[in-house]
Amino acid sequence: MKILVIAEHDNEHLKASTVATIVAAEKLALPIEVLVAGYRCQAVAEKVRTLAAVSRVIVADHEVYQDQLAENLALLLQSLSSSYSHILAAASTFGKDLLPRLAGLLQVSMASDIIEIVDANTFIRPIYAGNALATVSMHDAIRLLTVRSSAFNAAITTKAELAELSICDTVYALEKTKLIKRIESKSERPELGQAKVVISGGRGLQNKENFALIEQLADKLNAAVGASRAAVDAGFVPNDYQVGQTGKVVAPDLYIAIGISGAIQHLAGMKDSRVIVAINKDAEAPIFQIADYGLVGDLFKIIPELLAKLP
Amino acid sequence: MKVLVALKRVVDPYVKIRVRADGSGVETTNVKMSTNPFDEIAIEEAVRLKEQGIATSTTVIALGNVASQENLRAALALGIDNALFVPCDDMLQPLAVARILQQIVVREAVQLVIMGKQAIDDDNNQVGQMLAALLSWPQCTFASAVKILDGGTSVEVTREIDGGLEVLYAQLPAVITTDLRLNTPRYASLPNIMRAKQKPLTTITVEELAVPTQTAFKVLSVAAPKTREAGIMVDSVDALLDKLRNEAKVIA
Repeated sequence: MKILVIAEHDNEHLKASTVATIVAAEKLALPIEVLVAGYRCQAVAEKVRTLAAVSRVIVADHEVYQDQLAENLALLLQSLSSSYSHILAAASTFGKDLLPRLAGLLQVSMASDIIEIVDANTFIRPIYAGNALATVSMHDAIRLLTVRSSAFNAAITTKAELAELSICDTVYALEKTKLIKRIESKSERPELGQAKVVISGGRGLQNKENFALIEQLADKLNAAVGASRAAVDAGFVPNDYQVGQTGKVVAPDLYIAIGISGAIQHLAGMKDSRVIVAINKDAEAPIFQIADYGLVGDLFKIIPELLAKLP
Repeated sequence: MKVLVALKRVVDPYVKIRVRADGSGVETTNVKMSTNPFDEIAIEEAVRLKEQGIATSTTVIALGNVASQENLRAALALGIDNALFVPCDDMLQPLAVARILQQIVVREAVQLVIMGKQAIDDDNNQVGQMLAALLSWPQCTFASAVKILDGGTSVEVTREIDGGLEVLYAQLPAVITTDLRLNTPRYASLPNIMRAKQKPLTTITVEELAVPTQTAFKVLSVAAPKTREAGIMVDSVDALLDKLRNEAKVIA
């Protein structure tokens, strides 16, 4: 049997999360084929053809696939699905939207956000925002998986000889949905979910104005800005800054929690970060129990000092 | 238009969960339980549609153990008109849940389904999309704004996607799954809590719905993740920067 990986792209560039998905697929030791569905997406297909792990690239290049909406992509995938034992996509908002819809069409189960492949039928995935890990087994004819990119970030090799290219000219029109627009975040800072460094502020900042200190520090370190639910609820920052079980789950190389006590809710969203720094005036704050480096003190003295001493 | 909201009873997000020693799952007995936070947002959105005169009636449904009825009552106290309870095993997989909801949608002639994008216990993020597929309806996942258009024949949904927002137009009927920014759920007032006790809460069995609930998916075991080693305390900003530069090597 074979594996189908769904490429995520903007018709010009392949997303790094797709490369991670291919790295995951390699662990299944089966031929890997990649579907590139889009419009005028030849450059993406050519890029995928250079990846050594890929045996064939299927291109569905048509206007109807330009915006890559779940409605018709799921139908296209359904039409291709019978040749495959596994269909994988990144656990991005694109993959999370699309793959369960395909599962519904095929009437099979799926495993979301896997972080480890045990064997062809057995996978490990986080539940309870990573506070527990479930080992699951799947026995449908087709196993659908979304893959957490950060768990499969190995380098991928390229080759001079290009993978086979097939053209798929099956067209499923969009009948019930239509993209009106996409608005990319204008922030100069890296995206919270992708950033290598995240600086988060909590209730300790006391008000919205003081939260600017966190932003200044983030700019020094080219970091994304996060917040605890307490800071969001207090109106210091908008909801989309929230790191935690009901917000974003992040795992950067460096996470600096400032004025955050460390409620369970928050810890669930950042505890897989490689290095955690906690700065808090309360030496008993639970955040210190999971921090690699803790500094007890007044954040209104510590942040200015950090700003002064960082290049 | 008839609006259906689905809720799941889950371990409260502020509770520190404990994995059972035998690896069979996460301990839920004698643990504080709540309505899944994303479903609370779905309930609020449905109530607002009713208040705006867009929804003619609102129904909330829960699948789960008997205690889920408490969460249904809480939803009624927030302004939902009536509730449906489907008693079942807590381990029902998303495909089975979607099949049950599909039957309910057909029986109740629902035109809009709103539910959380995921439950914070299993974190699957699947049921809404599966339900939309089973019904051949459009799906608008991860919604942060919902605007009903053309007298209830279509909807414009702002979706939270990686790196920004997307505005999607969809014909109704449709399934919408909620993200955090959609709204801020209200609290129930005491008079409404009292009134909720009079609202209809109907039980429907899985057998009555004649839906296959077996799936080829099984949770074999649940384990606690590796715990972090205890770190160290530093006594100054200089010491912290030194550690980050020379020991952890995470800053330049």
